[in-house]
Amino acid sequence: MDIPRQIASPQAPAASGPLSLSRRGMLGVSGAFVMGLALAACGRETPGVAVNPLTDVKGGDATPSLWIAIEPSGAVKITCHRSEMGQQVWTAMAQIVADELEADWSQVEIVQALGDPKYGDQNTDGSRSVRFNFHRLRVAGAAMRSMLEEAAARRWRVDRSGVRADLGKVIHAASGRVLGYGELAEAADRLPIPAEADLQIKPREAWRYIGKEVASLTVPKIIRGQGTYGIDVQRPGLLYAVVARPPQLFGRTGAVDEAPALAVPGVERVIRLPDLEPPAVFKPLGGVAIVGRDTWAAIQGRAALKVDWVDGPNADYDSAAFETMLMDVVRQPGETRRSRGDVDAALAAAAKRVSAEYYAPHLAQSPMEPPSATAEWTDDKLECWACVQDPQATRATLAGFLQIPLENIKVNATWLGGAFGRKSKPDFVIEAALIAKEMQRPVKVTWTREDDLRHGYFHSVSAQRLEAGLAADGACTAYLHRTAFPPIVATFNNTVDSPSDGEMGLGATDVPFAVPHLRVESGRAPAHVRIGWLRSVANIYHSFAVQSFAAEMAHAAGRDQKDYLLELIGPARVLDPNAEGAAYANYDAPKEDYPIETGRLSRVVEIVAEMAGWGRTLPKGRGLGIAAHRSFVSYVATVVEVAVSADGVISIPHVWLAVDAGTVVNPRHVRAQMEGGTIYGLSNALYGQITAKAGAIEQGNFPDWRLMRMAEAPLAFDVHVVDSTSPPGGVGEPGTPPAAPALANAIFNATGVRIRRLPILGPNADRLTQRRNA
Amino acid sequence: MAITLMINREARAVDAAPGTPLLWVLRDHLGLTGTKFGCGIAQCGACTVHVDQVPVRACVTPHDALEGQSITTIEGLAGPQADAIRAAWEAADVPQCGYCQAGQIMSAEALLRSNPAPTDADIDVAMNGNLCRCATYVSIRGAIKAAAGKL
Repeated sequence: MDIPRQIASPQAPAASGPLSLSRRGMLGVSGAFVMGLALAACGRETPGVAVNPLTDVKGGDATPSLWIAIEPSGAVKITCHRSEMGQQVWTAMAQIVADELEADWSQVEIVQALGDPKYGDQNTDGSRSVRFNFHRLRVAGAAMRSMLEEAAARRWRVDRSGVRADLGKVIHAASGRVLGYGELAEAADRLPIPAEADLQIKPREAWRYIGKEVASLTVPKIIRGQGTYGIDVQRPGLLYAVVARPPQLFGRTGAVDEAPALAVPGVERVIRLPDLEPPAVFKPLGGVAIVGRDTWAAIQGRAALKVDWVDGPNADYDSAAFETMLMDVVRQPGETRRSRGDVDAALAAAAKRVSAEYYAPHLAQSPMEPPSATAEWTDDKLECWACVQDPQATRATLAGFLQIPLENIKVNATWLGGAFGRKSKPDFVIEAALIAKEMQRPVKVTWTREDDLRHGYFHSVSAQRLEAGLAADGACTAYLHRTAFPPIVATFNNTVDSPSDGEMGLGATDVPFAVPHLRVESGRAPAHVRIGWLRSVANIYHSFAVQSFAAEMAHAAGRDQKDYLLELIGPARVLDPNAEGAAYANYDAPKEDYPIETGRLSRVVEIVAEMAGWGRTLPKGRGLGIAAHRSFVSYVATVVEVAVSADGVISIPHVWLAVDAGTVVNPRHVRAQMEGGTIYGLSNALYGQITAKAGAIEQGNFPDWRLMRMAEAPLAFDVHVVDSTSPPGGVGEPGTPPAAPALANAIFNATGVRIRRLPILGPNADRLTQRRNA
Repeated sequence: MAITLMINREARAVDAAPGTPLLWVLRDHLGLTGTKFGCGIAQCGACTVHVDQVPVRACVTPHDALEGQSITTIEGLAGPQADAIRAAWEAADVPQCGYCQAGQIMSAEALLRSNPAPTDADIDVAMNGNLCRCATYVSIRGAIKAAAGKL
């Protein structure tokens, strides 16, 4: 993931540059609490006045005014620089700042940040918003609180030690005097910013909001139909567009007959977009835009349009043929990515050998809100509103594609109606900018569901082969894992066909098994569609194969799945895959703060087993399955209970999950992410497949791209969040990887059918038809 | 040719092409963006509104077939069932991204109006047309029961 991310933000400067007056311009709304900027700027010239000491704390810039504005009314406006897509990042960021600030929660409001390097990383992916910002937001809040206290002490001419901040007020205990934050903001603005070492950061016991089940800041709006998603943006004079795109990646637009489209009532223009040249990166796919006075007119116009598409280099892409090819790849030796001991010798010497091959298809993120963006030009300046996970990458991509200076572009991140990785790629915003420029009017581009499913950045198709050698007592002595999948890097450099270290570190090279001989290999596979991130990325197929295979080994050894899994994980220790030749990135987290602690993985296995009553006798046709996986530096174990009827109908009465995500900001929202992440994984495993024929995606809408519905969802779902003082880990993605193998293992225990190829059912089937294994 | 639609108890003049689905009239012509687009073929329920109190999918309902009928969207949804549902949704923080939730609430409100004590099977039937990719189904089920308990 490292390489694409660099490409994503080619012009993003270092996280904390020097302060400039432009920041004051940004936040300097009337009466707002703005400070630090002028102080810092003149501090370099004025002896005796300190420069801002908080521009480069752990995590980046913690300058209070960058994150907090206090209005005379006492309203506390907290800037959220990450994108809100249902993970409750608005609430989490506000909880962190407000806790240290001693803000009154009822006065807290969120301001969504524009895309701007001054905020540091805004790329809302990788389950790291809290992890990256926890420390610096606490520092910003504590610094602001300190300045408010200082301002009050000066106003009252009392010793600073006699005043304290408390829920939006500063109190002088001796005299009983009280001033609200709103009354102090302007004076605090003129004070120097304290250094981190001089701040009183609250101890964990004093947390007021962090770790508490604070209610969501977005939900009250959502339930009233308020709040603005990308697709909801309205501008005066707005026009609406859809785009007819070449069915194949790098296909081209041939002859266009626009007359039938223009004959549709409400259609205003038909605009040919430039063909896409490799590599795909975040550039638009080309094709033809249809602009109308409402979205319906544009959709009807597109249906009437006649285009001759010209085949490109992916015209032969066929999923069935590719599956055969990919399975062949993992039957051959690959490139070694991690190695311990001598696997070949240990396999040869094993009392029993086990092997299995797994296949998983392309998937689509398919957020309920499809991609949508609005663009508006004023002379040579461009403003965009869009549901993007990374407004900075959006801005940089716009600047590069349109060849205009970065400072001429303003990118507003709206709410995201789900994203799951799709909206970290801003191709759809570039489309809006191109069309708006042609129209000389504000234009909204909407992707229909068909567009979303046929022209996405797909989760990669994968093949894996695992082999193990077992000793006479059943213990695993040798473990070989081969994986092959078109890599995400191919989207950025289409000559690359080997997985990156980042992708290999998502569940392959970081395998936590304590076996004496172990090797992880990768095979080569070219990409024929755009490959992109999807919630937990390569962890999905790696966890499916590895955790299914763990259960297959247990079965071969005649052992209980859970006991055998714990034995594979082995004694509690810190694991360093790099000591065995891996190039493991650990989710960009320092291994000192976030080591791989196998004891934490074992612990969630033990907890979830107890929650589920693992080992109890179940009625015929019912089974429990277990899987555990560390991803995004959090540890999750899941037990799925399935019931399979005599005629093969699968239902999921109950799921249990234990997560150790270190310090958590909001346990309620962590539980929601675990539940959602799990069902996302179950839905994909049961029904999800994106396939191609003649280079074109075959699925188009929810009948053939099937999602789990109410009647199919687990009836009960219990989540245990481990109480931990470890640094915060990710929560948006880690729920997903164990879902598919826990389900597959449960189906095996219920029926004896071993699932090695996904999806389990597909879009049309309702019954398990695979036969019991020999 | 303008027609008049009764939306959220207000008469609204609409001048859209004949056959334009209600969804796009609401969103693009009237600025009522609480009703969402998800599939365009009545498969996801994100566009659910009430026509004469009955849930319909606005993405496949021609607006010009609705003259004289009463249309309710999430912005105008009111009454004891709506209050109970909103309170239950808020108490449990049911929504995640929230995009499908207008449709979920419109379906749930209609369910509780016709059936004040729905069983799991009743909930399955009434809510199966509303997809949620964030997968808030377990929370929705719980919140419908909680709302029913308050009515």
